[in-house]
Amino acid sequence: MTQHFLRVEALSKSYPGSDGTPGPAVFDDVHFTIDRGEFVVIIGHSGCGKTTILNVLAGLEQADGGHVFMDGREVGGPSLERGVVFQGHALMPWRTVLGNVAFAVGSRWPQWSREQIRAHSLKFLEMVGLAAAAGKKPHQLSGGMKQRVGIARAFAISPKMLLLDEPFGALDALSRGTIQDELLAIVHATQQTVFMITHDVDEAILLADRILLMSNGPHAKIAEMVEVTMSRSRTRETLHHDPQYYRIRNHLVDFLMRRAQTHPPSISGYDAHHIPLVRPGLDAQASPEMLLHAVSLAPQQRLVQPRQNQQACAA
Amino acid sequence: MRPMRLPLAWSSALLSVALFVLLVGIWQMLTLPKPSKPPPGVSAEYAALMGHGAAKSDGFPTPAQVASTFIRELRHPFYDHGPNDKGIGLQLAYSLARVGAGFGLAVLVALPLGFVIGMFPLLRRALDPFIQVLKPISPLAWMPIALYTLKNADVSGVFVIFICSIWPMLVNTAFGVASVRRDWLNVARTLEVGAFKRAFQVILPAAAPTILTGMRISMGIAWLVIVAAEMLVGGTGIGYFVWNEWNNLALPSVIFAIVLIGLVGMLLDLLFARLLRLVTYAE
Repeated sequence: MTQHFLRVEALSKSYPGSDGTPGPAVFDDVHFTIDRGEFVVIIGHSGCGKTTILNVLAGLEQADGGHVFMDGREVGGPSLERGVVFQGHALMPWRTVLGNVAFAVGSRWPQWSREQIRAHSLKFLEMVGLAAAAGKKPHQLSGGMKQRVGIARAFAISPKMLLLDEPFGALDALSRGTIQDELLAIVHATQQTVFMITHDVDEAILLADRILLMSNGPHAKIAEMVEVTMSRSRTRETLHHDPQYYRIRNHLVDFLMRRAQTHPPSISGYDAHHIPLVRPGLDAQASPEMLLHAVSLAPQQRLVQPRQNQQACAA
Repeated sequence: MRPMRLPLAWSSALLSVALFVLLVGIWQMLTLPKPSKPPPGVSAEYAALMGHGAAKSDGFPTPAQVASTFIRELRHPFYDHGPNDKGIGLQLAYSLARVGAGFGLAVLVALPLGFVIGMFPLLRRALDPFIQVLKPISPLAWMPIALYTLKNADVSGVFVIFICSIWPMLVNTAFGVASVRRDWLNVARTLEVGAFKRAFQVILPAAAPTILTGMRISMGIAWLVIVAAEMLVGGTGIGYFVWNEWNNLALPSVIFAIVLIGLVGMLLDLLFARLLRLVTYAE
């Protein structure tokens, strides 16, 4: 067995109810792996515990059960080896843009001189196109710019892995697109390993190598994995010219709309340790019969297979 | 043609001056000497001989008398002619020194303690009953105990200032520290920032506006209390000055002192407003 860069084993978490007793597990029996340099996106409905999983990977939260290993070592707490981009940018408003990045850089390399820290921080601000705003305070920036500072801060400490918690959720469509492109470029340039949460199916297809689909909670699990088989050089502009895009998109939307509420263990042949990996993009016909080779579903599940996507292609 | 508009700052200043003139005018009217009526059944001649019927003041100083006191006192603010006759500048300096000492001690205690209380919910809950009971006690109520235990009037004054200014600072510091945004703490955690750096570079700046607001409230209370405390303790200070002038029945001096107490209080508040603006951040 090859050694995966990140290995998540039997993770589970429950939150106490109003009476203090532990409630039902938000998610349990969650297993997955991430390889070095891979961009993995997790999607699922609100409340299935995506953010909790990310926080456990970051070391910010403790899981009730299970283990996370990164690079052969168990994750026991927050670490500089994992950079986090928070949902609400989490910039410190009393620091300048440069000050925010420098705070991270100075924490990563405490022995560096002030000048070294400054130069290194500026380099990463330049990377997200914000060198000119280095002296500004966060409140003077737009939402998109703030999130870019957050990304620069996370990249600046050269983490072994980057964790992104729905980083573009609060942005308008236009700035979202621009930052997605920037992120993609940086990730490709740095070969960064990334784990990201999103609610946006298009974002997932654009950025991910592999998409984890999570069923609804309680007892949420990873129901299946979708490999994005399109060329890694895809961009937002070329994305919708590729017929694969529609197949993958339909598959994902279909999962979220119909199949997410199905509890995976009720599907025959489901094994939480070996999540089915599907490649809907390569399914030229994308007929329900073809898909069955990839996902084995109980007979009653066949009725809710992905719909034909020819009409979507024609649209 | 559009009517000419004065900028708001000018028109408000003009209105303030007008109000001031009006109030002084009313004061002047009320303190005008009034002719007293002769008592009934006394001949007018006799009444005139006894001084009745002449214009007579009721003793409350007129604006002019108070103004001359202002000029006289402000001309030599720092003279020192023994224990009962010192310039107003000296008296204010004594009061400010007491407030500064008491307030400074309170800062030294309230900030670290508030920090710890804010960080540990257990401690906050445990100490809350004490704070809630001690907070509403009038600081002057401590005076007898302070005098008995400290055996020094001057130190007791400082203690009273200390005890009255500690509560708003303590409560605000604890609240500010406890409500630092989770996100910022998480950033610090993922960056493996040490406890010391986290306290001074994340929590302190995040809570600084709340802490300084507490300090501003404390300073306001301390300046209110010092006058009363010095009236009790005696010896020096602006409160003692007021009491002394009352005993002399020198009401113009009392009014003069009242105005200066107000002005100094305003300056202290302005100072803290400035400091607050320095640490306030926009989100």
